[in-house]
Amino acid sequence: MKNLRNLTILLLLLPALSFSSGDSGHITSIDIDISDRSALQKGAKYYTNYCMSCHALSFSSYKKIQKDLRLTETQVLANLVMSYGDEKKLSDYMTTSLSAKQGKDLFGKVPPDLSTISRAKPEGVNWLYSYLTSFYVDANRPYGMNNLVFKDVGMPHVMLELQGYQIVDKTKDVNGQQVVISIKADPTRKGRLSTAEYKQAVKELVTFLAYVGEPTKESRHKLGVWVLLFLFIFTILAYMLKKEYWRDIH
Amino acid sequence: MSDQDVDLERRRFLTISTSVVGGVGMAAASVAGIMYWTKSERALALGAPTVVSISRLKPGEQMVTLWRSQPIWLLKRTPEMLKELVRLNSHVKDSMSDESELQPSYAKNQYRSIREEIFIVIGICTHLGCSPRHKKAKELGADWGGGYLCACHGSKFDYAGRVFNGAPAPSNLKVPKHHFHPDNPNMVIIGVDPKDEGAKS
Amino acid sequence: MSSKLVGLKNWIDDRFPMTKMWNEHLAEYYAPKNFNFLYFFGSLALVILIMQIVTGIFLTMYYNPTAEGAFRSVEFIMREVPFGDVIRNMHAVGASFFFIIVYLHMFRGMIYGSYKKPRELIWIFGMFIYLALMAEAFMGYLLPWGQMSYWGAKVIINLFGAIPGIGTEIAEWIRGDFVVSGVTLNRFFALHVIALPIVLLMLVVAHILALHEVGSNNPDGVEIKKKKDENGKPLDGIPFHPYYTVKDIFGIGVFMIIFMFVVFYWPEGGGYFMEANNFIPANPLLTPEHIAPLWYFTPPYAILRAVPNQGLGVFLMFASILIFFFLPWLDRSPVKSIRYRGPLFKGAMLIFVISFFVLGYLGILAPTEGRTWAARIFGSLYFLFFLLMPFYTSIDKTKPVPERVTQ
Repeated sequence: MKNLRNLTILLLLLPALSFSSGDSGHITSIDIDISDRSALQKGAKYYTNYCMSCHALSFSSYKKIQKDLRLTETQVLANLVMSYGDEKKLSDYMTTSLSAKQGKDLFGKVPPDLSTISRAKPEGVNWLYSYLTSFYVDANRPYGMNNLVFKDVGMPHVMLELQGYQIVDKTKDVNGQQVVISIKADPTRKGRLSTAEYKQAVKELVTFLAYVGEPTKESRHKLGVWVLLFLFIFTILAYMLKKEYWRDIH
Repeated sequence: MSDQDVDLERRRFLTISTSVVGGVGMAAASVAGIMYWTKSERALALGAPTVVSISRLKPGEQMVTLWRSQPIWLLKRTPEMLKELVRLNSHVKDSMSDESELQPSYAKNQYRSIREEIFIVIGICTHLGCSPRHKKAKELGADWGGGYLCACHGSKFDYAGRVFNGAPAPSNLKVPKHHFHPDNPNMVIIGVDPKDEGAKS
Repeated sequence: MSSKLVGLKNWIDDRFPMTKMWNEHLAEYYAPKNFNFLYFFGSLALVILIMQIVTGIFLTMYYNPTAEGAFRSVEFIMREVPFGDVIRNMHAVGASFFFIIVYLHMFRGMIYGSYKKPRELIWIFGMFIYLALMAEAFMGYLLPWGQMSYWGAKVIINLFGAIPGIGTEIAEWIRGDFVVSGVTLNRFFALHVIALPIVLLMLVVAHILALHEVGSNNPDGVEIKKKKDENGKPLDGIPFHPYYTVKDIFGIGVFMIIFMFVVFYWPEGGGYFMEANNFIPANPLLTPEHIAPLWYFTPPYAILRAVPNQGLGVFLMFASILIFFFLPWLDRSPVKSIRYRGPLFKGAMLIFVISFFVLGYLGILAPTEGRTWAARIFGSLYFLFFLLMPFYTSIDKTKPVPERVTQ
């Protein structure tokens, strides 16, 4: 019977063991902390400044951001609300004024809403971080930029002024295909931020996107502790009760 | 199975304590279900105070705005209307609107308003929740000085939202929390008391 | 008990068989005393069924079954409704746990011969539950209206297109449109929240009634009703209540710890319980690079993909599920439990379990030539387990079954 139990447990674990992470060629793993208010606030600022003219966060209202990021209403209205002329209220969803047609005309496809983007990639926030740090100069692309993680991406490098230009070294592999072997900053065309500062900025932006993807995660994690604690106590009691009754049988 | 060495005391204790702890767990779980029915963050965000400009409101005119999906009437009363209100004191059920829930303390006066001429009220009949219609002077007969008629059950209200004698509505119309913007007297903020303003922003 | 309560009990018993049912199904239902931990999964399946129904009812209160509103309404529940994220995660993760439990429950039945005479009908009702559950899960998975919802449903419904002659008409009839659309979503919603839950509940009642009529099997495969004491009670039986109720409550506690841990901290389950692509709203113009059904459908799905002929593939896929129905008649062994069976059955069982897992794993991965061949080999082994069963079970060496259950 012991063997049977072990076998079952082993079989249950099997899919987890064999889980493949897919192609992680240019994906960098990062640690983020969605409870870091300062990072979230800075990330929100980066988002509204650099992303929100095209990418809506239409599942989130300004009010929700204000509450969850512990900002005041005045701070949100002054720093985060992109009004583009029309009156915005805190209860409004964070939409963009770029219409679908304009987006399609400009970029070839409608820039997606990014409310759930942090959950939409198997690599999650690591993908977002790697993507935003992997733009490089490629004269063959319409905007002069390509990306290591998202090949032939339609989006221009919106944070170029912060990061500066990056260039890559390529080599031919055995099949004669061009492959990138290294990526580095172009020393002649620097951005406003140093490499480390830029990475930090992207990390903050990605932290914000991780929060927007699942705003209730932090509070759920806190609640879960109590739920599990309760279940442990209950299960111990239930075990003692079972033992007590089963003394009749054994 | 031997019954003699059963510790009934312990068995009883464990049964009761497991049941109690399990019951507490079920109760806690049902709290989640109950909370699920409370207002969503969306409803709360939409229920936030609303700002209305009354700069274009002419004397004797009324405008309607929505706050928490309820009609809010903003009426600019003429001196004649105000005079009429004093005359009507004996014709209405509760001339001084003594029930405290009917209006914030700063609107508890003869005209039920902060500024005499600007009357702000929730346009929902206190009888069964219909929205009364605005009926101007003489519309309901020669002695009608203007006010509101609830089409559902015939309750009549004057220009201070006071219910007339003999109407089915139990009380006067409710005046919401509101105040005028400190820098712009033509901006009304509905849904928040004047004193809360500092704490809010 | 006070006399007033006794009076109330008698008053009810005169009008409704309350005490009678309590006794028949709990207090005087004698279950073998040698159940092992695999016997938890029956009551756990009932617990999770109830949990799915309750959380599902709550979800319908905010869910919007239209192509335009479905995705947003699910995210609304996750973001803006108090406890909405917990209830939604419970429902989504619960679907996967339901299948984990049901597969272990079926595995239990297979190794201890619980489908054998006189329990064939219990097995058949159980198989119908399994089928209803698959339909329920499939339709439920369309409702969030994400990319995997959409394309998964599209692929599965197209399977019906393989039916010769009328396939296209049937697929369109199921969809109610040329492609999967809001119309499909709406009818799946109706079936998911009303029709199939009612069917499931009725089947569960039939399953339990049939079980309580013949009595539970046990890891020894011994009929406890054959040995009774002077009062007519089975010597190896113990009343379900209190002994198995307290034991199952403990089992439920352990299960809830694991389940709630996943609900609160790991709802995506590494992409197995919630797929990343399903956080992208359905887009009929853009197929995801790799469509895999949820893990609990992948063994039959791997069989489908392994067959080069579409019609035959669909046939074999359905056959791989329906063949379980015939288990009571394919098995010719004189003994029930694997404990007293010979090496042939044990080996066949092991190969079957391995094939099931390998097929499940292959069904998740994108197909390559090597993987397709692996699926063909393990798919064949899967079917041979059933098809050769009449032979190897009748020639297999068996050990003598004891008169009484062992501890």
